[in-house]
Amino acid sequence: MNRPVLELRNISKTFPGVKALDSVELQLYPGQVTALIGENGAGKSTLVKVLTGIYAPDGGEILIDDAPVTMQAATDAKRHGISAIHQEAVMFDELTVTENIFINNQNRNIFGLLDWKLMRKRAKTLLEYLDVNVDPNIPLRELSVAHKHLVSFAAALSVSSSIVIMDEPTASLSHHEIQELYRLVRRLRDEGKAILFISHKFDEIFEICDRYTVFRDGQFVGSGGIADVTQDDLVAMMVGRTVSQIYPKEQTTIGDTVMSVKGLSHPSEFADIDFDLRKGEILGFYGLVGAGRSEVMQALFGLTPTSSGSMELNGKPFKPRTPGDAVDQGLVYVPEDRQHQGAILTLPIFQNITLPQLGGLSRSGFIDMAREYDVAREYATRLQLKASSLSENVENLSGGNQQKVVIGKWLATNPNVIIVDEPTKGIDIGSKAAVHKFMGELVAQGLSVIMVSSELPEVMGMADRVIVMHEGRIAARFERDDMTAEAIVTAATGA
Amino acid sequence: MKNTSLLGKMISHREWLLGAIIVLMLMGVGYIAPFFVTPGNLAEAFDDTSILIMLACAQMLVILTRCIDLSVASNIALTGMCVALFNVAYPDTPALVTLILSIGIGIVLGAFNGILVWLVGIPSIVVTLGTMSVYRGFVFLISGGEWVNAHEMTPQFLALPRATFLDLTVLSWIAIAVTLALFVFTRFTKTGLSIFAVGGNPKAAVYSGINVGKYQFITFCISGAVAGMCGYLWVSRYAVAYVEVAVAFELQVVAACVIGGISIAGGIGTIWGAALGAIFLGLIKNALPVIGISPFWQLAISGLVIVLAVIINSRSEKCGGRRILREAHQ
Repeated sequence: MNRPVLELRNISKTFPGVKALDSVELQLYPGQVTALIGENGAGKSTLVKVLTGIYAPDGGEILIDDAPVTMQAATDAKRHGISAIHQEAVMFDELTVTENIFINNQNRNIFGLLDWKLMRKRAKTLLEYLDVNVDPNIPLRELSVAHKHLVSFAAALSVSSSIVIMDEPTASLSHHEIQELYRLVRRLRDEGKAILFISHKFDEIFEICDRYTVFRDGQFVGSGGIADVTQDDLVAMMVGRTVSQIYPKEQTTIGDTVMSVKGLSHPSEFADIDFDLRKGEILGFYGLVGAGRSEVMQALFGLTPTSSGSMELNGKPFKPRTPGDAVDQGLVYVPEDRQHQGAILTLPIFQNITLPQLGGLSRSGFIDMAREYDVAREYATRLQLKASSLSENVENLSGGNQQKVVIGKWLATNPNVIIVDEPTKGIDIGSKAAVHKFMGELVAQGLSVIMVSSELPEVMGMADRVIVMHEGRIAARFERDDMTAEAIVTAATGA
Repeated sequence: MKNTSLLGKMISHREWLLGAIIVLMLMGVGYIAPFFVTPGNLAEAFDDTSILIMLACAQMLVILTRCIDLSVASNIALTGMCVALFNVAYPDTPALVTLILSIGIGIVLGAFNGILVWLVGIPSIVVTLGTMSVYRGFVFLISGGEWVNAHEMTPQFLALPRATFLDLTVLSWIAIAVTLALFVFTRFTKTGLSIFAVGGNPKAAVYSGINVGKYQFITFCISGAVAGMCGYLWVSRYAVAYVEVAVAFELQVVAACVIGGISIAGGIGTIWGAALGAIFLGLIKNALPVIGISPFWQLAISGLVIVLAVIINSRSEKCGGRRILREAHQ
């Protein structure tokens, strides 16, 4: 085998409370596609950020062509011939496609001014190479999610690089677009580029990767040739445990319909949403990022107005105009983005927990602090919140404990239906288990839970039924017994 | 999906809407008071608005990066006082040197704001609210509260902005040149593009290797340079330098930007929008007295227009939102 073009040795990166990378290693070889495999939270995205100069590692060495290099900023990565397609949309909606592609890699004319004519031409060529039919002169915000993604590919390819990193490149692509992507990856590979392909879809890994590296909980587990392993081997390396152990799904008796939604539509975000929710069940909503799941949930919670459709809650018509209406009728929403939508970080824990029911805790306009504390203490205990005191500000808590505060805040209103949007996104494994266990307890007590999640194992492990959304519509429904990972993913990608 | 109605286009292309309103206003005022729309009078009104145009264009760059520069009016007063005192001390200095000196002082004052924002990490509204008072205080300190009057200034010092060329004053020509230069800067330089990127999506800017703080610093330097130059032009145009020069003028500058469709949230705006916003305010100021409307109405009308502009801004931002559902015909 030839020598690696890029080699990482003992790379570590620690964030407050989390060891994101713990002495990991990685080799990339020219003309080969290396898969980086691991569960969410295994450290893949952190590694990408280290490789692209967004994060500086705490320790370890990065070698390019056997020479140690330092990465201080994104420009260093570019200088060393590393280009990356990031998982998150790190693009500029207000700029045009051409401006996005050449944001840090412009052509100049003889006066030293930007040569937009040449760049537009190059953008067109790049987009044609990628087989994307978009006008390079329109603002990025007018493109679909998939097209935006392809524009970010064009941006990565506009730089001449020897190493290309793709962080879950197929996440928002349709089946046809994925085939196009494979062709592109093979072409880049045949041009001699070293490709790091991050994915947790095994079919992709076996289809186009030559080598694999597995991380688990921030640690290097193993690497080798893809031809020498089976899917079961990789799964064993990734999880180190089986799915039923991770998800403490409790058997519950499912009762009558609590909520029913018929033909719910929105002018631009979703259409024809029909479903029933029964007492004591967890209903999973799966879909790709941007499929419209959160928008539907916001409509149920009275945050987004709908254009048509009807809803019933506890047998009564349910038409929330504000979140306050929804809470009064027993439906609460734990949003995805804790920091922005869920908790008020600069307020103490107890005030966060009692925020939705201050009216009930007040006497002639003054808040009864003692009762406020009692309520907060009760839910903090039920959720096993770890904090030095209930007067501590939420911003000082770990991600998992912040999530507990947000859930506790809504539970304290005694709802019948609780919607949790990506309940375990970005929190550590231990807190995840606590949140999952707690959801199991909630349904056992007779609550109904709608769980929006992009994590397939979580959906399959926790939900009694799963609704899959694609481009604002319901694409498929599955009962617990007949759901398979393949069927769910196929429905979600619209394939 | 795209709003193709005329009104929709007008709203999404703020420059055209503003341009149309300005033309309509000129026609209306011209109908009541024909002398207002004579070339000579229009040139005078433009001359009166020139400083506001330059400051609005420079302020726009700062606002694009999600910052704000409230110290520009104090910068004008301080730089104006500096060059006026310099002129008293060294009467032989050519006007062009004075102009360059004023730009230099302005850059230093702007860079000070920029460094506090970039390297110290203080929010720009706090920094410039502070330096607004600091710079104004310095004017008092260096002048001892005294005025520098016209008879103390040399004729060369006073002549520069008033000299005319092709029926427009040099001040007007400077405003046109600054506007054009900033247009080229925003559209055709890497720095200009990066400024849009920084405000449009700071996180993505970091991923693209763009140093957010550095570009914020650069916009403060530009804003300072333009304000410094306007300091000299203001003092020589009005032939007096004192502590209260241009008090509260920064509010008009920010108002011109808002009216011109520059998003206070950053990342959205054009030089033409800022310039037209300034011209619109200048037109109100110059036209309303002509048709006999009280100056107090001017304030009220400017205020109403600002609120209206903010409403239109938020509408047009909603129009361009993300769509999940595919269109029916696809």
